[in-house]
Amino acid sequence: MNWLLAALRSSLGRKMVVALTGLGLLGFVFAHLAGNLQVFLGREALNAYAQGLKDLGALLWVARLGLIAMFVTHVALALQLARENRAARPTRYVHGGVQQASPGSRSMVFTGVMILLFVAYHLAHFTFGAAHASHYAVGSDALGRHDVYGMVVAGFSEPLVVGLYVAAIAMLALHLSHGVQSVFQTLGLNGPRYEPIIKRTGCAIAVIVFVGNVSMPLAILMGLGPFSTGA
Amino acid sequence: MELNSGIPGGPLADKWDKHRFEMKLVNPANKRKFSVIMVGSGLAGGSAAATLAELGYDVHCFCFQDSPRRAHSIAAQGGINSAKNYQNDGDSVHRLFYDTVKGGDFRSREANVYRLAQVSTNIIDQCAAQGVPFAREYGGQLANRSFGGAQVSRTFYARGQTGQQLLLGCYNALSRQIGLGNVKMHTRSEMLDVVVVDGKARGIITRDLVSGKIERHVADAVVLGTGGYSNVFYLSTNAKGCNVTAAWRAHKRGAGFANPCYTQIHPTCIPVAGDHQSKLTLMSESLRNDGRVWVPKESGDKRAPHDIPESDRDYYLERKYPSFGNLAPRDIASRSAKEACDNGLGVGPGGRGVFLDFRDAIQRVGDEAISQRYGNLFDMYQRITDENPYKVPMRIYPAPHYSMGGLWVDYNLMSTVPGLHVIGEANFSDHGANRLGASALMQGLADGYFVLPYTIGHYFATHKPEPVSTDHPEFKRVEAEVHERIKRLTSASGKRTPDSFHRELGRLMWNNVGMARTEASCKEALEKIPQIREEFWRDVKVVGGHSEMNMALEQAGRVADFLEFAETMAHDALTRDESCGGHFREEHQSPDGEAKRNDDDFCHATVWEHRGEGEAPKEHREQLDFENVQLATRSYK
Amino acid sequence: MKLTLNIWRQKTPSDAGHMERHELSDVSPDMSFLEMLDVLNEHLQVEGKDPVAFDHDCREGICGMCSLVINGTAHGPMKATTTCQLHMRSFKDGDTVDIEPFRAKAFPVVKDLTVDRSSFDRINEAGGFVSVNTGGAPDANALPIGKVEADKAMDAAACIGCGACVAACPNASAMLFVSAKIGHLAHLPQGQPERARRALNLVSTMDAEGFGNCRNYYECEAVCPKEIPIDFIAEMNRDWRSSVLKGGS
Repeated sequence: MNWLLAALRSSLGRKMVVALTGLGLLGFVFAHLAGNLQVFLGREALNAYAQGLKDLGALLWVARLGLIAMFVTHVALALQLARENRAARPTRYVHGGVQQASPGSRSMVFTGVMILLFVAYHLAHFTFGAAHASHYAVGSDALGRHDVYGMVVAGFSEPLVVGLYVAAIAMLALHLSHGVQSVFQTLGLNGPRYEPIIKRTGCAIAVIVFVGNVSMPLAILMGLGPFSTGA
Repeated sequence: MELNSGIPGGPLADKWDKHRFEMKLVNPANKRKFSVIMVGSGLAGGSAAATLAELGYDVHCFCFQDSPRRAHSIAAQGGINSAKNYQNDGDSVHRLFYDTVKGGDFRSREANVYRLAQVSTNIIDQCAAQGVPFAREYGGQLANRSFGGAQVSRTFYARGQTGQQLLLGCYNALSRQIGLGNVKMHTRSEMLDVVVVDGKARGIITRDLVSGKIERHVADAVVLGTGGYSNVFYLSTNAKGCNVTAAWRAHKRGAGFANPCYTQIHPTCIPVAGDHQSKLTLMSESLRNDGRVWVPKESGDKRAPHDIPESDRDYYLERKYPSFGNLAPRDIASRSAKEACDNGLGVGPGGRGVFLDFRDAIQRVGDEAISQRYGNLFDMYQRITDENPYKVPMRIYPAPHYSMGGLWVDYNLMSTVPGLHVIGEANFSDHGANRLGASALMQGLADGYFVLPYTIGHYFATHKPEPVSTDHPEFKRVEAEVHERIKRLTSASGKRTPDSFHRELGRLMWNNVGMARTEASCKEALEKIPQIREEFWRDVKVVGGHSEMNMALEQAGRVADFLEFAETMAHDALTRDESCGGHFREEHQSPDGEAKRNDDDFCHATVWEHRGEGEAPKEHREQLDFENVQLATRSYK
Repeated sequence: MKLTLNIWRQKTPSDAGHMERHELSDVSPDMSFLEMLDVLNEHLQVEGKDPVAFDHDCREGICGMCSLVINGTAHGPMKATTTCQLHMRSFKDGDTVDIEPFRAKAFPVVKDLTVDRSSFDRINEAGGFVSVNTGGAPDANALPIGKVEADKAMDAAACIGCGACVAACPNASAMLFVSAKIGHLAHLPQGQPERARRALNLVSTMDAEGFGNCRNYYECEAVCPKEIPIDFIAEMNRDWRSSVLKGGS
């Protein structure tokens, strides 16, 4: 196992772990999005889905622990690498500038930290009910399930909260715009022929994640579609 | 000074084999006990250092650059010759030998040239095994092209970067030995003197270019692979750092300097643009495969080049040399360009340039194919001149490029100082009075990979150097002299920069001992060089101290040596009262302007012995015997 | 042309260093950038001031010795061009030009604009070669290599080891250089026996030398004077990954 430990200490090894965990987290982002989009199907669908997740019991915790492990690894290694990167250039350039680095690539650490803070807030908001406690405390629905739908609608009826979510999702999208194609480069899965496809796929994923995720708070806030007051 | 070339007897083709058998060997277990100082890390030095270390010797390698990979061999573009006959076009060891002797205008040593042609095939094998990415055909075989002075395709190449790729090959081999601890590499170290103990070269004095520290290094043999002296002209295609210091210091310690007047002027360089010019840029001679050289027939033709009709153009190389045409050897192509410009037909600013036109080739094979072949050269030309060679013919002019002369060595590559070996461009041995294209890389690697590693063992086995330490009085004495000289430079309180003296010397040498020389011009140079030298020591200004990185001091030291060397070079050019190869004495030419050799009086190498500063050097001669080729008038018509 | 130059001056490696302002009025558009610095140094020396130290040698764009970050760009504004081949016609009369050394922990400043790039040599010593001694090589044509692969190897081998990739990388990563070294031999049959070892050893030496980590900015590719593509980095990642999985033999 020494070879594996040595490999994981290497810059390339750690980058690959960051890439793989990033890929895992992207999977979660999609699953999370798919689940949450059920808010458009109404109270029954979303609450049933939420209850279903809770009913997984131990399995849910296994999934959560896995997710936490991925998240912590991703963040810890990325920050460690970033610290090394700073140390690799002790004297900054007086005249800085970049040639072709994308905004996404240049802001990875920033967007990453923003996402981290947002995740903490998001958990406090909708999972633990610690932030804006009134949203979480909407009570139960007719079947005695936690009224997740009511909670979400209550939460996204506040412009400030929606603004925060939209901004955070923009951060995530920017992070992914570089992150997705970066995964392929880091894992050595690309080549000159696939590169344009990979770049476009990366951007497409970022757009899907952004549009999908902001559609909910914005629709609720503006009363669009199923949330229109007239309906 | 005794000149014993030590050429083995027997038939030409068997000499090297026979000699290899007759040379004494060093027991493999004992090789570690012998140390070698290798000065220079180019194709010759790098390959020798790596190979000697592979054999088991204790090698210490020095270069003034920040890495051995930067040596100026890296700049060679065109290719490397080898008598592989892969093209089945009639090439052979003997033909490469003959072409080289003829190209050198019958002023080289037959036995050395034959050996060079013999090992040329091993070089390609060795380089391919190292992973040098030579150009290939679709079927996977090595590609070849033809080069100036040859009618067969025997030149191997790696895009326009053959020198770089070959150098990386030997740099990689050297890296491996450094990593294994068999070579101790000293970068940013400049050799400032040779230490001779009991008549044998036993060490060098160096200056660490970062700390300024003067250091003594001892070994059982010293090898110089320190390149050529073309920068005596200031403007040349050599790297800015190329200098004669190591060779000149060795010369002053007793190593004979042979044929310093043999300098090669490369025909396809970008013309001088202005006074600020710091160096000249060469473009591979392979351009002459497709480009046609011409000047307007009328002096002062103001029309744009593409408006000048065919009838008003003089394709002078094709006219004068119908069978070789634009591929005539370098000295001939260069001189013809000079002649055209001297006749007022030159083009471009200052009238010192001729056209190299790709119009016909582009019409024949298209932009695409030309870009495939020469794209990087065209780009380089455009970057420097701001002109597009796809549309406007290139302007070219000859520039100093290579020095055939160098320290005299015997068949074993040893100088007149026992234990001091000289390889690559730094020695004089193989190219005679003119070098053929793609032969410099071949010679550097031949010396380093396949000749010196054998002959140096013979030296150790027969001379058995006694143990000497750096505390030996001779080391102290030479080190003190080095210190003294540096002090003299840093304490000079004049007004002029070292560079200004270098420019002044360069101009004088180019005008008087350049592409064409006369008795009068050489005499004038001999009069003026000492004046510049005196003024240098009186009026030079070297800013900064000696115990720090000080590029002005480095340069001043090199210029000071050029100022001494130039005088010997002019002496040689004056003494060689004939024209041959790169040495063209205007007094000796045929009615149509061809160089006229004088085999009765000058079929020898002139070897100069140093007799002290300001004193005329003493002339010695090594007679050149041609037993296998007929001395003929070189004709490329 | 008249130029204002802001040049990094640093007497010794341990000095703090600062930008120093110089006005230069006799600049010709036909000069190379280094010839412009030559002119400045001539002036400085005549005034008895220490000339600006900078690395240079061949001045033909091939030795890799020249460096400099010019107005924030390694080797200056012209694509695929080393500083020595950059000409002053790329600048305008009255321009201000900021000139800094290549900055990286693994490239410590020696003096002014001169840096120590020996870390590159040490990376190469870790395995950037084919372990073949002189002599005994088979006939060069005994091992056919298709033109396409040979060209690919040449694309990587074109690296001149100047270090602009490191200078330009926001993380001072040496991945493009190392991947070019690895890529050159990975595309040739001669490089195969040591391919896995080479990838592992070069990468671990690169890490030990204190270069930063690649974050796929691709700044290196943008400034590389030999236009070495970042595809070689992906290839190196692949090579390294499969070497690790094979147990590094």
